[in-house]
Amino acid sequence: MISRRDFLQAAMAASAIYGGSAFGNWSRLAAQQAMTQDDLLSFDTSGNVTLIHITDIHAQLVPTWFREPEINLGVGEALGQPPHITGTDFLRRYGIEANSALQYALSYPDFSALARQYGRMGGADRIATVVKAIRADRPDALLLDGGDTWQGSLTALRTQGQDMVNVFNALGTDAMTSHWEFTLGLDRVTDIVDNHLQFPFLGANIFDAEWDEPAYEPYQMFERGGVQVAVIGQAFPYMPIANPGYMFPGLSFGVRQERMAEVVAEARAAGAEAVVVLSHNGFDVDRKLAANVPGIDVILTGHTHDALPEPLLVGKTHLIASGSHGKFVSRLDLDVRDGEVKGVNHKLIPIFSDVIAPDSEMTALVEAERAPFKDELTEVLGRTDGLLYRRGNFNGTWDDLICDALLEEREADIALSPGFRWGASVLPDQDITREDLMNATAMSYPEAYRSEMTGELLHTILEDVADNLFNPDPYYQQGGDMVRVGGMGYRIDINQPQGSRITEMTLLKTGERIDPTKTYVVAGWASVNPEVEGPPIWDVVEAHIRRQGTVSVSPNDSVQVVTG
Amino acid sequence: MQLTRRDALALGGAALSLAALPMRALAATDMVGEAITAFTGGADVGERGITLTAPEIAENGNTVPIEVDAPGAAAIMVLAAGNPNPDVGTFNFGPLAASQFASTRIRLAGTQDVIAIAKMADGSFVRASQEVKVTIGGCGG
Repeated sequence: MISRRDFLQAAMAASAIYGGSAFGNWSRLAAQQAMTQDDLLSFDTSGNVTLIHITDIHAQLVPTWFREPEINLGVGEALGQPPHITGTDFLRRYGIEANSALQYALSYPDFSALARQYGRMGGADRIATVVKAIRADRPDALLLDGGDTWQGSLTALRTQGQDMVNVFNALGTDAMTSHWEFTLGLDRVTDIVDNHLQFPFLGANIFDAEWDEPAYEPYQMFERGGVQVAVIGQAFPYMPIANPGYMFPGLSFGVRQERMAEVVAEARAAGAEAVVVLSHNGFDVDRKLAANVPGIDVILTGHTHDALPEPLLVGKTHLIASGSHGKFVSRLDLDVRDGEVKGVNHKLIPIFSDVIAPDSEMTALVEAERAPFKDELTEVLGRTDGLLYRRGNFNGTWDDLICDALLEEREADIALSPGFRWGASVLPDQDITREDLMNATAMSYPEAYRSEMTGELLHTILEDVADNLFNPDPYYQQGGDMVRVGGMGYRIDINQPQGSRITEMTLLKTGERIDPTKTYVVAGWASVNPEVEGPPIWDVVEAHIRRQGTVSVSPNDSVQVVTG
Repeated sequence: MQLTRRDALALGGAALSLAALPMRALAATDMVGEAITAFTGGADVGERGITLTAPEIAENGNTVPIEVDAPGAAAIMVLAAGNPNPDVGTFNFGPLAASQFASTRIRLAGTQDVIAIAKMADGSFVRASQEVKVTIGGCGG
């Protein structure tokens, strides 16, 4: 007879074919609202090595709302493959019951209603409870952080990431890798790594640009359960392109597939019986890396913010996707014997903050970190009558609001907002606090510029970003979403080559086609160029929200997407 | 031959689209073919035995690090197919060279293929190429 505990765990041998049935039963249980902390944490401890994976928390220390994307298109070999499955297709694929807690956690349909039913997710104190429970089972479990940890909130911005460093030290993290960390500036990263961080900061693909030599430790060997486990760090490959390179001068990144192959071989030669890559490549890049580089047992993926209920197997490599914003923690038990991984047991643990009890020590630490900013965090700027969310390939209501603010407050024809994937949601008919606004905007290059661009340049920009997203070769993808556009509509055929995807660019206020030779006033923010002038974006959006009182974001139908 | 009005319009269109292409790019394509022919003498070119390492996306198009490795090569020619002058250089290896490997930094005018062709000791040729994207960037995250 199948026990209740069996419902809660998708167990598999390394060679097994993955089905969604066990997971489906779990969600039915959750739908019955019989969810308890024991259910969420229940796990048949197996093997001899346990990994705990958190990634892309974006400085969210307290439970939050986060709506997953409705549109997340895959191209090339990723077409129609996880994680490029959303909504009911996603629910069907993984056997998730309608209106269940897992529908709420992992997909977008009925998000606002389900959010009220199942509550906020995440929170460092709930995560601490989960980590401690796992370590009660397996005291030497490795806690690995995939990066994008020190950026994304008011407190992380004000403390230059110190709040997050303190919290991840207290969690007992064993290693991390990086992306937005470097937007604090190289001096601050060096200060943290040298003076504050109590665990290794790994990046096999971070090089000194001048001498082309490794700039950070590529991997760390851990002895766990009587075997040697190598954890290789892989930072975001396109740091100096997607973020301001002047903030970390002298560093070079890149996918560097051949370097990864060398480091895997080096780790194996040094005695590694299991090789784990702690990656900030993005899921599709990791799928290709797993296919091309032999000898990797597990890739803990990050950057693209995907949450998958099951590992995805590429050859012998298990790809794990643990979501973002603290919504999930993955647990992985590995059976490592005779120099290889014989079996993998996995669970994506959803951090339902109303179900998992907070860890009191961590609650106290988080409160202490937030206390100096309490008045700012709780200050009400206005209200929203609709859901504010960020994720989606082409738009989200948060960026629609930001673009509206840029158009009106900066008197522009066209507004551009970068395709960031971080930013918590705000439910309909809720106050917008300063904390909410900063969750969607807090970063170190927030200047809202206002400049003139020709129609031709605007087209070039859209084509460039579209290729970062829809190039069929994942190694040419940077992992963000499409730049959000206000005041202008366009048509995009994602399967065309660069230069031919974007057509029918139209100035919405006149209905006229964009003239390549004509100049338009464009407002935007988060330019990667140095010496950008303008007020921080949060001031622009705050002024707009205050003027409106209650913001109503109209449905955005100005992007026509062709996928066939 | 008599030109109809439609033919004239179509020709006009063709002339226009030709004019819209940068002349340098057209010239470069010719120059790539010529350089390859000059190097290989028109011999067949294989694909095994040469490794070209270059970034998929250049961090700075003005200085892109590349490496070529072709064990047993007598010479390796490197071309940047989309540059106004595609000739990057040719590395010659003497009989006492311990390895047939070279690394350098090149400037790329825009997204283009970098091509490396090695002349092996036996007179055969092998080729590797990779697209290097030069992007304006700035919207990832």
